[in-house]
Amino acid sequence: MKTPLSWINDYVQVTDIDAREFCEAMTMSGSKVESFESAGDAIKNVVIAKILKIEKHPNADKLVVCSMDVGRGEPVQIITGATNVSEGDIVPAALDGAKLPGGMSIKKSKMRGVESYGMLCSVGELGLSAEDFPGAIENGILILNDSYTVGEDAKTALGLNEVIVEFEITPNRPDCLCMTGIGREASATFKRPFSLPSLSYTPDENDKIENYVTAEVRNHKLCPRYMLKVVKDVKIAPSPAYIQKRLTMAGVRPINNIVDITNYVMLEMGIPMHAFDHKLIGGSHIIVRNAEPGEKLVTLDDIERTLTPDMLVICDAEKPVAVAGIMGGEHSGINDDTTTIVFEAANFNGHSIRTTSKTLGLRSESSSRFEKGLDPHMCELAIERACALIDEFGAGRVVSGTIDERGFEEKNVTVKLDADKINRFLGADISRDEMVKSLELLNFKVSGDDVIVPTFRGDVEHWADLAEEVARIYGYDKIPSSLYAGSGSQAILTPLQKFERKAAEILLSNGCFEIFTYSFISPKVFDMLNIPADDKLRDTVKISNPLGEDTSVMRTTTLHSMLDALARNYNYKNTDASLFEISNVYIKNEDETKLPDEQKKITIGTLSGDFFDLKGIVESLLAGLRVGGAQIRPMTDNPMFHPGRAAVYSVGKRDFAVLGEIHPAIAKNYGIDAPVYCAVVDFASAYRYSKKSVSYNPLPRFPAITRDLAFVVNRDMLSGDIEAVIKKYAGKLLEKVSLFDVYEGKQIGEGKKSMAYSVVLRDREKTLTDKNADEVVAKILKGLAGDLGVELRS
Amino acid sequence: MKEKLLSMHEKAKSDLAGVSTAAELESIRVKYLGKKGELTAVLRQMGQLSAEERPAVGKIANEVRAAIEADIDEKKEKLSAFLIEQRLKTETIDVTMPGRVRPIGKKNPLTQVLDELYDIFLGMGFSIVTGPEVEYTYYNFDALNIPADHPSRDVADTFYITDKIVLRTQTSPVQIRTMENMKPPIKVIAPGRVYRSDAVDATHSPVFHQIEGLVVDKGVTMADLKGTLEVFAKSLYGDDTAVRFRPHNFPFTEPSAEMDIRCFACGGKGCPLCKNEGWIEILGSGMVHPNVLRNCGLDPEEYSGFAFGIGLERIVMRKYNINDLRLFYENDLRFLNQF
Repeated sequence: MKTPLSWINDYVQVTDIDAREFCEAMTMSGSKVESFESAGDAIKNVVIAKILKIEKHPNADKLVVCSMDVGRGEPVQIITGATNVSEGDIVPAALDGAKLPGGMSIKKSKMRGVESYGMLCSVGELGLSAEDFPGAIENGILILNDSYTVGEDAKTALGLNEVIVEFEITPNRPDCLCMTGIGREASATFKRPFSLPSLSYTPDENDKIENYVTAEVRNHKLCPRYMLKVVKDVKIAPSPAYIQKRLTMAGVRPINNIVDITNYVMLEMGIPMHAFDHKLIGGSHIIVRNAEPGEKLVTLDDIERTLTPDMLVICDAEKPVAVAGIMGGEHSGINDDTTTIVFEAANFNGHSIRTTSKTLGLRSESSSRFEKGLDPHMCELAIERACALIDEFGAGRVVSGTIDERGFEEKNVTVKLDADKINRFLGADISRDEMVKSLELLNFKVSGDDVIVPTFRGDVEHWADLAEEVARIYGYDKIPSSLYAGSGSQAILTPLQKFERKAAEILLSNGCFEIFTYSFISPKVFDMLNIPADDKLRDTVKISNPLGEDTSVMRTTTLHSMLDALARNYNYKNTDASLFEISNVYIKNEDETKLPDEQKKITIGTLSGDFFDLKGIVESLLAGLRVGGAQIRPMTDNPMFHPGRAAVYSVGKRDFAVLGEIHPAIAKNYGIDAPVYCAVVDFASAYRYSKKSVSYNPLPRFPAITRDLAFVVNRDMLSGDIEAVIKKYAGKLLEKVSLFDVYEGKQIGEGKKSMAYSVVLRDREKTLTDKNADEVVAKILKGLAGDLGVELRS
Repeated sequence: MKEKLLSMHEKAKSDLAGVSTAAELESIRVKYLGKKGELTAVLRQMGQLSAEERPAVGKIANEVRAAIEADIDEKKEKLSAFLIEQRLKTETIDVTMPGRVRPIGKKNPLTQVLDELYDIFLGMGFSIVTGPEVEYTYYNFDALNIPADHPSRDVADTFYITDKIVLRTQTSPVQIRTMENMKPPIKVIAPGRVYRSDAVDATHSPVFHQIEGLVVDKGVTMADLKGTLEVFAKSLYGDDTAVRFRPHNFPFTEPSAEMDIRCFACGGKGCPLCKNEGWIEILGSGMVHPNVLRNCGLDPEEYSGFAFGIGLERIVMRKYNINDLRLFYENDLRFLNQF
């Protein structure tokens, strides 16, 4: 809300405070200043001056030489090209060294051979417009009346010192969305007295409101209070200049005295008001009710609105005339021949206003206040203030009597003040007297230990709330800093958290970069990933109000996110990208009233290398995490992967990781025309299968014997199967078996391959003899022949 | 014979001088000292000498043998030093050519800063806890004292799964879960993903990260809140960081405060970065609202606590001068490689 300080000054003295200091202090007491501007900041050395004499310029037809009284003894010579000045005029003059808005600076100079020591100013040159000075013209010098003192600083004289502050008001303080609300906060902040504006007026006691209008409220839940006042003999005219100026500064366009009063009171008291033209209220009766289904109303902005029964409307005897609290209808408004008006000050349910405003796509100054939930008690102040302004402007005659339909309970919240408790809670030492003083400045009434909360402070109901009031006025910065006594010892990561850090470190050291992706995906990605129609991966947790289809379901697989990231890098020509992410998938609970299962996955994806590069990364991950006992087998049936280049890891019968080349057709769906390799490891399983403790194994004291064995096998024979058989028959002397060569070629024969293994044997108790080793090799060979039909390469 | 022996030594010396390979050296050794070598040949003739002469000549022969052997050894050493030198010369490489880099990945900047925050808070005795991202409205709103008609519950701000289940809009529900499951003293931080219905632009993302903090015990004060968060700010931004606490409003804390740090770009004078305020908002905090404690079965007359919430992306953006939030979720290697 744009808040001119000169306006606030009506209620509490503030204009003597430096603008920056004012803003700092208000921010620190809880009314955060977003920004402030002061038109006068850019103006320097401009004074009110009188034109003593005007002479023709000797060398220029369009210029004149003025002799100016600037209040400094000797007259000053200034040349101007303006044509609207005459001798004796009072004008603003920028003197030598002056600064004007827009960065212009004025220096003495010669104009066509004659010295000029300054410049006479127009409204525009002072950063103003003709509207700020009724009677001024846009393109001529600003001529002032005799009330200005020659020599006075023009900034002060013309009110250019005005500071306009923009506050950020938190949602718990709708009472601060007005000038008096800010005034009250300023009063407490600077410990200065606060006074409300005049509420007095003289009604026509011989005329009663009942002669004009009656009202009924059919839904008091949505309309807790509805007040009306009638003003007759209305003369529609412009408002006084200061009202227009204030409205303009606050960002509201002045219209006419009546409309301006409603807006002014809204800005001043925080209660939106409305004015009806009495003659346009059909049947002179107002009904506040829910709209009929399909009921229509053309609002002031000339748009036809279709209403629904949950919306509240203001109606006359025949038809709706306004959407309650949001906008009036086009037909009931004030116009030039209005003679009698009906002022409305009402209270509407904030939630209802918000919903209606949203449904209609219609927001107004009024609705944005009502939706925050206003205090019904304040309606009275607002409507009386409007009447007082009618009297002040002489804009009409207030008719006696008020219609006041009330459906709210008088609020009377009392909270106990326990100064010690508050100090213990804050860790501060604030005197009780100071607490009481702060509370009283904020309009709380303190009687003994009872603090009576003002009705407009619906946010205060507990002693902790009082503590905040006290603390913020005292100053948060004055509360000491301490460290909670129980904070001595250092905390550590849980084993699971360490496990996650370890996993990340291993992947980093394998050249993978960590990525972050969205948790939600489009249901269409299941088609891109070639996931069958009946696959349970498609059974997702759905967002009922997504931003768009692309982010509408919670992911059940992380592969889309990974492929998406790889594709982006592929397009950016980062073609050696290796990425990883440790993040969740969301598996729907069969009972949809329960939370889904959030399963953490380690996802790895790479555009570089081949299957065995990725497998190497996965193996190093599993080894580094001490995941033991994992078996690998080919995975030919996962539609997302290349059927001949994918594998699954399991422990016992439980699969916990997959890896492989993404099916080329799917890679193509992502625009990647190159092999893509991905792996997904279930985090919780990896943790479960990991060795939690390590103990030292004595180093071998006896030498090992290594035997190299080469076999010729069918091309589709799995190395894993051969290794398994070697392990099975080698017994406890086997230390290590590793494949060191695979060869296919003419010598081997069509459909065959040669596989060479290095088998390391060691006896931990004694030196192994060649004979022992030969026996083990013989067992291995017999086993291979028996189980797999594999023979030594001859 | 004596002369013969002595001249043999001289001859061997001159032979050795011309040697430049190991093979040549060996042939010289064989030539003089081998079984069929010259010295051996001379020694064989020793029989022809008189018994008187024999010891003297024998002595000379041994001396000559030792001298030749020593010369050969010396030459051998020189030769091998020379050969190594020769080899080193041929092996010289251009050491300014690039190294063969083993690829190493980088932690996401979000994680790098998060790890830094972990270290700071672990050091201050905060344990790390987590909670579900898909959360009951009870934990995300009700238990946090957020009224039923509060705007933050609006479908325009919150992603709903059902009426009662949402994507958590803050990490604060972890406060409730922690107080339900843990007896005071409680001292935790809860990092994680949160979700808001914000369209993607340079400063908004429907997914982002928060770090929640919660301390609950008997006698925890607002002064403790200030002290703890000041230590945090100084640890993260340096010892000379100035902070201020400013009143604010959150439904789940009372009193509430936002913490600002003095703008590091302008030192508080006011600049575009701090929107001319001289201060930059870092986090929201406050004393745990009595209703929240009560909702978790803790008596607010007995226990008190403070809580705070930090936006991770915002801190990371400030730290590295990143001006577009979208970069975090695009995962462009050219971005990730910079941290």
